[in-house]
Amino acid sequence: MDRKQLQYQVACMRKSLFDQGYLDEQFNQLEDLQDEANPNFVEEVVTLFYSDSARFIHNIEQAMINKPNIDYGKLDDYMHQFKGSSSSFGAKKVKKECSQFRECCSAGNIEGCIKTFRQLKLEHATLKRKLETYFQLVKQAGIAERR
Amino acid sequence: MANTSSFSSSPSTKFSFDEKPHVLAVDDNLIDRKVIERLFINSTCKVTTAENGKRALEYLGLADGQHPNHNDLKVNLIITDYSMPGMTGYELLKRIKESPTMKEIPVVVVSSENIPTRINQCMQGGAQEFLLKPLQLSDATKLRCHIKKPLQGGFAGEDDHA
Repeated sequence: MDRKQLQYQVACMRKSLFDQGYLDEQFNQLEDLQDEANPNFVEEVVTLFYSDSARFIHNIEQAMINKPNIDYGKLDDYMHQFKGSSSSFGAKKVKKECSQFRECCSAGNIEGCIKTFRQLKLEHATLKRKLETYFQLVKQAGIAERR
Repeated sequence: MANTSSFSSSPSTKFSFDEKPHVLAVDDNLIDRKVIERLFINSTCKVTTAENGKRALEYLGLADGQHPNHNDLKVNLIITDYSMPGMTGYELLKRIKESPTMKEIPVVVVSSENIPTRINQCMQGGAQEFLLKPLQLSDATKLRCHIKKPLQGGFAGEDDHA
């Protein structure tokens, strides 16, 4: 596939990620920070997020196991961090689930928390797959550019 | 001490427009540290990051038991998250503003939460500005302009410290 076609594919995929609400403006902001010296900044941020968030997910799961004595304050703290990280690179759907979770937390609604958390993990995994494909495409288009 | 007043004015007398401003960014969130760092590097600043208030104070030489050592240290802007474990951004702000040697450094507080009482508290506490996360390049560029302006207060030889 030639450069133009690859670039077109990148643009299409990018547009659909935004149109379908997976990403918001903050992702644009980060892409704008990339230059020749740092062409993969966004991918680095996303990679860091996914390695970091594995820990959050584990902590949150652990905190929800102790059913009669849930520490909602602790859960909320974890989710505040998680939400902050997602928001920083424009992960719109993930961020939305985090907000939803925090609402359930403040209402002491453990069933709501469990349900929302399931949804959150789904969005988290879906975005990861989509971004992996996107970054792969970007790299391919970049390589094609250099030839 | 006789030397303290000359140290307190040295950050501005050594400041030259050819040198990159040095930003100290304090945030317990790894992703945010990475993003803030890039925002300021792209605005042609040097950046040092700290993961919490305690580390920031240690870096500035303001931790308990430390003797301030300003021979080499030049920080032109401190940007700190509000919600951090151990010491909030507000508490860090207060500590910096209480320091005779560091109080002139502009401190910007950032938060993901838009809480008016929190904002007022920080502004009353001497914050240069309070910004909402996530930060964007325009925020960093704007802040960098603040650094470029001449600092107010008793510099350029004025001796306002005992």
